[in-house]
Amino acid sequence: MNALKDSLVELIRRTSAEIPDDVNRALVTALENEKKGTIAASALKIIEQNIELAKRKSQPICQDTGSVIFYVDCPVGFDQIACEEAAREAVKAATKIGYLRQNSVDSLTGKNDGTNLGPGAPVVHCHQHRSSEISVRLMLKGGGCENVGAQYSLPAEKLHANRDLDGCRKVILDAVLQAQGKGCGPGILGVCIGGDRATGYEYSKQQFLRMLDDRNANPELDALEQDILKTANELGIGPMGFGGKTTLLGVKICAANRVPASFFVSISYMCWAFRRQGVTLGAEGEIEKWLY
Amino acid sequence: MIPLTFPFTEAQVRALKVGDEVSISGIVFTGRDAVHKYLHEGGALPPGVSLRDGIIYHCGPVMMKQPDGTYKCTAAGPTTSIREEPYQWQIIRDFGVRGVIGKGGMGDKTLAACKEHGCVYLHAIGGAAQVLAECVKQVRNVYFAEEFGSPEAIWELEIENFPAVVTIDAHGHSLHKEVLAASQAALAERL
Repeated sequence: MNALKDSLVELIRRTSAEIPDDVNRALVTALENEKKGTIAASALKIIEQNIELAKRKSQPICQDTGSVIFYVDCPVGFDQIACEEAAREAVKAATKIGYLRQNSVDSLTGKNDGTNLGPGAPVVHCHQHRSSEISVRLMLKGGGCENVGAQYSLPAEKLHANRDLDGCRKVILDAVLQAQGKGCGPGILGVCIGGDRATGYEYSKQQFLRMLDDRNANPELDALEQDILKTANELGIGPMGFGGKTTLLGVKICAANRVPASFFVSISYMCWAFRRQGVTLGAEGEIEKWLY
Repeated sequence: MIPLTFPFTEAQVRALKVGDEVSISGIVFTGRDAVHKYLHEGGALPPGVSLRDGIIYHCGPVMMKQPDGTYKCTAAGPTTSIREEPYQWQIIRDFGVRGVIGKGGMGDKTLAACKEHGCVYLHAIGGAAQVLAECVKQVRNVYFAEEFGSPEAIWELEIENFPAVVTIDAHGHSLHKEVLAASQAALAERL
């Protein structure tokens, strides 16, 4: 079990300190596209320096090390309880070292005991599959971007959004407009069309596990993703909301069934400091390979 | 880059305009949600903390306690400022604040207070915790660490060449309002 805990501490370290390659590539392109000498270009330059510095120093890219969310895919017979225990121990250890900020607050008393452990912290989702592979993906989602997420119930009369894909498009773009620079753009959207209030947000977050440059297998959703990305980048919100060409780096959309009475569109916003990594683990819990 | 050095005078602040890139050096105090609510409700600043002609920084840093009892700042980017919108105007007025560092911008109440009292909103780069931690030369003190927890405490920092952009000036201009209006209009054409 110690090997598993050590692997998870390393997963936390790398997630907190290193931007995944797919996101880094998108940020480099964004910097090339912004007009030289603008404050948008200055912002992206500082972001690039920050990425390099965080990696070199093995220190958090962003001081808000966020909600700690593990996604575990495991074979039948895998000890999920032990895995959750190892995840908690890893979070506690990573906090002591400073890979994570003391970031978990008792919502009733306001007390922060400095361990990052408590009800709902960390979150561990375990999912069984038929394969023998064990994989653990980790997302550290900061509060600034979490706060600009939004859930719409269609029809949304004020936005003239009906229960169709055009209505979905309208509310998703409204979420981008409302977010402005507050979620540390350029951002990435994860969207779920359908589901209930809980699963809608849950699935919208899981979209962040996709590679940034992948394409949606569903042609209608793929077209919507491309359209939202293009349109959002024509709005001139730009990095940090300073104005500029890059408002979003990517859009990922899924659909889940709904009951006839409900039609939710749930939108999660991820900041440019997109912290997600993943590993596959060997039988003893050792890291076999990195997933992003 | 326009250098901005502590103590921050009204004249220095009034000379700035939206879009100016500044480089800040001197003493700043962090303060975020808990501190703003506390001051708004009539709480007093602890002895040793003065915001007069000073800067309040919306930041919850990562601080590592060293064996000798001092602190090392290992991550220190800005947090979202709009949450302090209900309180900020009053703190600018009552405590003589000349600059607010944060990210994401603030609203009309803060804009009006900046104009009336001579204060600016200085937008740091959200998420750039390492670049900005490098600008923290010394952690001079901490207040309310026990009461509010480390991220919400008041940290007294000595910073050097800390980069930021003026996005709300003391003349009633806000980059956030401009970008919101322009993006709203651009979106209306595309629906």
